[in-house]
Amino acid sequence: MSDFDAIVVGSGCAGSIAAYELAKAGKEVLVVERANFAGGKNMTGGRLYSHALKEVFPDFESEAPLERRITHERISMMSPDANLTVDFSSQAMLVPGQDSYSVLRASFDQWLAEQAENAGAEYIYGITVEELLKEGDRVTGIKAGSDELTAEVVLLCDGANSLLTQDAVGFDTPSADHMAVGIKQVIELPASVIEDRVLAAEGEGAAWLFAGDATKGHIGGGFMYTNKESISLGIVATISDVATASTPIYQMLEDLKAHPAVAPLIKGGKLVEHSGHMVPEGGRSMMPSLVGNGVILAGESAMMCLNLGYMVRGMDYAIAAGMHAGRSAVAALEAGDTSAQGLAIYEKALENSFVLKDLEQFKNFPHFMESTTRMFNEYPALARDVMNTLFIVDGSPMPPLKKSIMPLVKKLGFMNILKDARKGMKAL
Amino acid sequence: MSKNETIEFTVNVDEFLSLNKYEVDEECAHIELESNPDMNEFRKLVCVCPAALYKIEEDGKTSFDYAGCLECGTCRIICGKTIVNKWLYPSATKGVEYRYG
Repeated sequence: MSDFDAIVVGSGCAGSIAAYELAKAGKEVLVVERANFAGGKNMTGGRLYSHALKEVFPDFESEAPLERRITHERISMMSPDANLTVDFSSQAMLVPGQDSYSVLRASFDQWLAEQAENAGAEYIYGITVEELLKEGDRVTGIKAGSDELTAEVVLLCDGANSLLTQDAVGFDTPSADHMAVGIKQVIELPASVIEDRVLAAEGEGAAWLFAGDATKGHIGGGFMYTNKESISLGIVATISDVATASTPIYQMLEDLKAHPAVAPLIKGGKLVEHSGHMVPEGGRSMMPSLVGNGVILAGESAMMCLNLGYMVRGMDYAIAAGMHAGRSAVAALEAGDTSAQGLAIYEKALENSFVLKDLEQFKNFPHFMESTTRMFNEYPALARDVMNTLFIVDGSPMPPLKKSIMPLVKKLGFMNILKDARKGMKAL
Repeated sequence: MSKNETIEFTVNVDEFLSLNKYEVDEECAHIELESNPDMNEFRKLVCVCPAALYKIEEDGKTSFDYAGCLECGTCRIICGKTIVNKWLYPSATKGVEYRYG
């Protein structure tokens, strides 16, 4: 007889939702979290697409500690001396189920944990799971310090830097070209100042991604999300590539903060936190087995994350995966079979959901980004040159646009642009 | 990057880290490095660590202090098979504690 029906390692998006589902079904579930409170070790960019959360908590809008509803999507092509921004807003962003919100994890994760605890899940904080207990290849529990606890099923929801998935399902340490490093600063500003600066209505805000000079031409980009009374500003860059840069990632962030397109946004703000986190970005092809004997993986421990350059998603995948992991564990427990075979229903459920469909669909995109470095260098420069041609007036006679713009495009090469566009369309 | 190419930065990340909340485990280093690390490998760590814990001093000597670690694991990914010999999470209740996240 095991100590618990289920033990969940980690109380982020996947872990707390899985625990909630298990507890709601009457299972005895323990969540083990190494921080002193849920979210104490977590960090996001970050924006949460709400659809997955809404499926679990239909009234989350009035209950969860959300920062701002995102009503502006901005993308910039950034050169050191210029910046071209597309700003998109749409009524479609306000429709429940397709809306998105900025969040801060220290508060958001505590709310998630509270929902699981209210449903009957037990939590212990400040305990690091050092090892898994195993019988043969079957995971039977966890080991933390001198404590050993057993369960019929263990759910590993311990994040992008899991030290347990190798032992659980034989997942090798991901390679440095499949992982990105994220760096973020939280900068406090009054709510009304934030709204004025990003042109948003009260309670609403912007998501903003920067390509090009934000990473000095390296693979990755800058990001900005508005919170209630702060701005989250950071860089995400592929580890293998930024390792070859002559500018370290923290200087990239410092230079982004000083760029004329960004500096006025954060002017007068008070820096309150500096954080770091890894982001899996290898897609479906780098993911580990999602189940083993007695064990399930959900969220970033299973590398569930997608970065398409104009869109970054992870938390909605983790929430949906946590929900399916919890429900599948319940079904497997009731069937009395938590072997890999008994838990295979989880993988099936994910295959039928957007989670694995998306990660499969865009599995070639990371390779496209890696092999198309023009995205981060030549294209932002071209955007600047074309825009300079259009908008800068110095009184000299204006040649026809064909004559002034075509040479700029030619310099880059029609074929190169066509090839990149074709490759991009294929990967997307 | 070639061995002689310099890494250029002016920012002092230690000032930023001083704003974070930490409970440093003075007893035990959760990350351990090779004592005479290969410089090409060490330079990678200087570029990728978001806490700038890996430093090359003016005399060319390397330094590393785990105290300001953000526990992201980036150094484990890039140099876990070369000069990062040990990477564990800080012991219970120790390490960084995000107040915003």
